[in-house]
Amino acid sequence: MNAEEIHQILSDKFGESVLGYDTELAGDTCIQIAPTAILEVCQYLAETDTLAFDSLMCLSGVDMGVKEEELSVVYHLYAMQHRQSIVLKTSVPKTDAHLPTVSHIWKTADWHERETYDLYGIVFEGHTDLRRILLPDDWEGYPLRKDYQEPDFYRGMRVPY
Amino acid sequence: MESTQQTESRIIELKPFTDEMIVNMGPQHPSTHGVLRLELRLDGEIVREAIPHIGYLHRCFEKHSENLSYPQIIPFTDRMDYVAAMNQNWGFCLAVEKLLEADETKDFEVPERAEYLRVLICELNRIASHLLSFGTYGMDIGAFTPFLYAFRDRERLLLLFEKVCGARLTYNYIRIGGVSEIIPLEPGSVAEQNYLDEIEEFLDYFEPKIDEYNDLLTSNSIFSERTMGVAVMPAEMAISYGATGPNLRGSGVDWDLRRDEPYSIYDRFEFDVPVAKDIPELGAVVGDCWSRYKVRMDEMKESVKIVRQILAEGLPDGPVMADLKAVRPPQGEIYFRSEAPRGELGFYIVSDGTPKPVRVKGRSPCFSALSALQELSRGLMVADIIAIIGSIDIVMGEVDR
Repeated sequence: MNAEEIHQILSDKFGESVLGYDTELAGDTCIQIAPTAILEVCQYLAETDTLAFDSLMCLSGVDMGVKEEELSVVYHLYAMQHRQSIVLKTSVPKTDAHLPTVSHIWKTADWHERETYDLYGIVFEGHTDLRRILLPDDWEGYPLRKDYQEPDFYRGMRVPY
Repeated sequence: MESTQQTESRIIELKPFTDEMIVNMGPQHPSTHGVLRLELRLDGEIVREAIPHIGYLHRCFEKHSENLSYPQIIPFTDRMDYVAAMNQNWGFCLAVEKLLEADETKDFEVPERAEYLRVLICELNRIASHLLSFGTYGMDIGAFTPFLYAFRDRERLLLLFEKVCGARLTYNYIRIGGVSEIIPLEPGSVAEQNYLDEIEEFLDYFEPKIDEYNDLLTSNSIFSERTMGVAVMPAEMAISYGATGPNLRGSGVDWDLRRDEPYSIYDRFEFDVPVAKDIPELGAVVGDCWSRYKVRMDEMKESVKIVRQILAEGLPDGPVMADLKAVRPPQGEIYFRSEAPRGELGFYIVSDGTPKPVRVKGRSPCFSALSALQELSRGLMVADIIAIIGSIDIVMGEVDR
């Protein structure tokens, strides 16, 4: 099954929540999903026997630039049994970045979501332990956002070198 | 009469659980393989919960990458898993090359000679990495000698790497489109022949040593008592936690990217994929610490096999770098994963068509495997935590990036 066929299955099932995919860009084809439907789509992909996407390879946040008003979250899924992969992408506004968690579907999402929260400030609702993971707990701001300004001092230490 | 009263008053109440104590293990602890801090909630010797705290080695790889051109990022990947830096270089280059190949206006191909050199060097690096894992695991459990043996052999491999790129730890050898030519290895030259002879000499020396190490540590009864049947990770749990590489195969899943999704020229070589099995007469259970360890020991033999096939074929003639004027991948994104010694190393790259990437994410195999520690360690003894950390073989440089 390629991305096109899985897109067809998903749009039959979820209708307008599946926003389509871009074939013009190089590399992987991402299926755009509305943020409100991402949890149901993930659940459907993981639990349907014909699809059985049992492995979340990677979950990453993306900020395309200062001018963009949205942050993206990309899910790279893989089905060990059927040996196929799929890329899901969803976008949330920078000012109010909220998404439902998928950490109960794939346990690896627990830490990946914490990392995305840590570096992008996207809040995953329903996550049991959403804390910073790589940065110190008292760090301010979300460094991988393109508009991030690094602080001059952190606990009395100069940050820019 | 008095004495009986006394004995009665001595009756003590037996509490099944004592008070919980919180102990910090690490960040400076020899068994944590770097700087990992575990917050242990202990009930006597029993671990109620082990909460990993990471980030002590966070060097902002992803943030740095956004301000660097693609070739400039390669030295940063060296510093992720510094024990298997060649494989990290390769993983990143493979992802960029995949994106470059998607550009139909440009014809781009990695030369044959470079592919052979890459497989050769990366398989040797896999042996070096597994040697370190084997040596330090023995030391964690309390056997000091294997560590010295492992480092003695690893030293010879590091000298081999030094001869080809000048560095012992952070190589920057594999480049986008080929391999580095800093130290020229002319096709058909005496230098090339000497180098290959030296590798063969090492393999002849090293192959019997694997059996020796198995005798020394693998079948050692103290070692097996500490590792067999401890912290069993079932296959489903391993997949859900994103454990990959030897950790996944240690849980009995027959999966290796080199065979199942062959990249580069791995489809030309014959090798087996070691997968853990139950060994009832010894007491080993699929998914326990010992199985994960054993898969690594067996993998060294397979790497030797692959390198021997390259040596038998000889390196093909030709250039080692593709004709690439500038690295400017087209607009788009790619996720590419390769089989590093510690599991599936993925790189997610988003390009906007400029010489600098918009986003680079390193999907670290150790990061995912370490997240399973909390569930694996629940209810075990403190000493078992050491056995688990060693068996999932983490390198903190890669966890924290």
